[in-house]
Amino acid sequence: MPRVLLIEDDPAVREGARLALRRQGHEVAAAETGEEGLGRLRSFRPDVVVLDLMLPGVSGLEVCRRIRADSQVPIIMVTAMGDDVDIVVGLETGADDYVVKPVQARVLEARIRAVLRRVEAAPSPDGGVPAAETYGELRIDRAGLTVTCRGAAVPLAPSELRLLLTLSAAPGRVFSRQQLLQAVWEHSYHGDARLVDACVKRLRTKIGEPSRQPRYIQTVRGFGYRFDSPR
Amino acid sequence: MSPRTSLPRRRLLRLPLPSGLRVRLVVAFGLVAVVAALSTGALTFREARTGILQQSQDTVIRLLRDRVDTLAPDLAFPPAQRDLSSFATEVAQGDPARRWRVLVTYHGLSATSIPQDPFTEPTPALRRAATTQTPTVFQRVTVGGRSSLVVGMPVAFTALHGERRATGLTVFLTVPQSAEQTYVQALVAAVERATVPALGLAVLFALLAAQGVLRPVRELRHATRRIAEGRLDTRLAVNGTDELADLSHTFNETAAALEESVAELRRMEAKARRFAADVSHELRTPLAAMSVVTDILDEDAAGLDPDTAAAVRLISKETANLARLVEDLMEISRFDAGAAALHLDEIDLAESVQRTLSSRAWQDSVATRLPPPGALRGRVDPRRLDVIVANLVGNALRHGASPIRLSLHEHQRFAPGGTDGTERWAVIEVLDSGPGIPETVLPHIFDRFYKSDTARTRTEGSGLGLAITAENVRLHGGTIRAANHPGGGALLTAELPLLEPEKEDRS
Repeated sequence: MPRVLLIEDDPAVREGARLALRRQGHEVAAAETGEEGLGRLRSFRPDVVVLDLMLPGVSGLEVCRRIRADSQVPIIMVTAMGDDVDIVVGLETGADDYVVKPVQARVLEARIRAVLRRVEAAPSPDGGVPAAETYGELRIDRAGLTVTCRGAAVPLAPSELRLLLTLSAAPGRVFSRQQLLQAVWEHSYHGDARLVDACVKRLRTKIGEPSRQPRYIQTVRGFGYRFDSPR
Repeated sequence: MSPRTSLPRRRLLRLPLPSGLRVRLVVAFGLVAVVAALSTGALTFREARTGILQQSQDTVIRLLRDRVDTLAPDLAFPPAQRDLSSFATEVAQGDPARRWRVLVTYHGLSATSIPQDPFTEPTPALRRAATTQTPTVFQRVTVGGRSSLVVGMPVAFTALHGERRATGLTVFLTVPQSAEQTYVQALVAAVERATVPALGLAVLFALLAAQGVLRPVRELRHATRRIAEGRLDTRLAVNGTDELADLSHTFNETAAALEESVAELRRMEAKARRFAADVSHELRTPLAAMSVVTDILDEDAAGLDPDTAAAVRLISKETANLARLVEDLMEISRFDAGAAALHLDEIDLAESVQRTLSSRAWQDSVATRLPPPGALRGRVDPRRLDVIVANLVGNALRHGASPIRLSLHEHQRFAPGGTDGTERWAVIEVLDSGPGIPETVLPHIFDRFYKSDTARTRTEGSGLGLAITAENVRLHGGTIRAANHPGGGALLTAELPLLEPEKEDRS
């Protein structure tokens, strides 16, 4: 039973979302403020956090940042559409996905399921359980779902991990942003490419890529991204 | 208030004068200067010439009379040829400058002061007048470009009882008037010389005056153009108190009034739009709470008694409609606020169109003519392209009739600024098989909440679909239009420029 931490200030929306998520079979903890949400994080140990960006007191963005400081739990932001700047900042701060208010329960549910699948299963090239692969200083263990860089473990959020696994499953192949959106986020074809760009940015930072000349994740102008193994 | 109709009349009245205020002023000033100089010169010349000639003529006549009066008593009567000759010579000596030539006649005899002088200057009329009349006669003659004064003086004597009687002796005198001629020529030259600088000065003053008039006029013209371009804060500097300053002042007042009323209109419009945006915003929170639970209602409706189930389903359906309306309102508010942003991504447009149709299960209702995969790629906002295609097709499905045809193709368009002189455009055409759009409706089809059928108070859509489509097309820098196809049916065409891949790295 997946555990969902819901941080939402409006009582009606909170109650509605709690009802709907519980009906979907989730165990739900609802928090009214950012502080309360952060407090529940340790005791409740959620599988996913649904976080409203418009919060009184500590803002949703700040809550997102504090969660990411020591946890890779998937975060789904709930935003008002048009808060474009907040979406970009939220994604770069470490949110895995976002939904726009007013949101229907089945849409929220689908996003939660997609984000949880990212943690559970990763695509493997031939169906079998391969040994860990090494690309330059990067070591990707598809079975154990761990990534190390120069021997040190790299803590990756689910979407970052899934993105890296997707790209590295076919080194040299170019993936368009829309393809990556479908593969990693399970969005429709017309999804928001900023999810991909923000995630690539975070991933590059975490595996210590130089921003000017990335070694592993290359930008292919006009098309998308490609994983390369440095010699 | 109809400049278009008054223009031809003004053209008719207009003389073929040199155009341009500057030229006209110069010509006018020049003409005035020339006329003034010439008339002043002519009057001065005439007076001066008359004065000079009169004076020299009086002097000559006086001198001649004195000389004749002195010498005549010594002349023997009737004089012989020899007496006449010596008399003529002596009279000629009366001029200290020795310029006199004298002819003396007495009944048929004649003698000149200079021997063999033909003495042709006196005209027969003068000769006749001099012999028949008592007073002195004179005439100015010009022979061979040289003017001379010719005087004819009959010599009379005074009898004992005081009566003057003619003696029959007549003295003719010719004096060249070269000095006087020189004076007169000098006068003419002086007038001429004065005219040229006067004309020059006149032109200079004309240019200065033109500058003084033209500068404010030019400023006024520039300011008017700036106002027309929408820069309503344009004002003129007002110098002096003349008519042009008045005009500038009036212009400033007009501009200020215009700026004020435009600002007021904008304020009101912004207020109205903000209100719509605020209302949508406020509606969203309760809607968010309602939307998130409608799925529960739908799922459980089956287990309720029929009336309650119908009511619950109605609430669920209308909540979804309301949510869509509010979403559309907020979307249009963002366009109004200029907050709508493009998130461009390089995609295959044909694939995008196909996904739009398949995600809404429209493949069977729409006949498509699309380019092959990979043939038409371009940088667009995928989400907005989806909105555009979905709304065009959705509109055709709702208001038109099947079959609906959708075509997508590339169009090369001439663009002077683009690479290799052309721009690539994607053309999306959606044609339905319905009755078409009434001509009166056509111009309003992209208006918000425009209802073509006034009897129908509600359509399935929010009433904002095509308005949002048009805004999305414009945001891409494209165009959208509606027309009736000659073969029947409504044809909606959206054209989007396909931007070249961006130069900088997106990451």
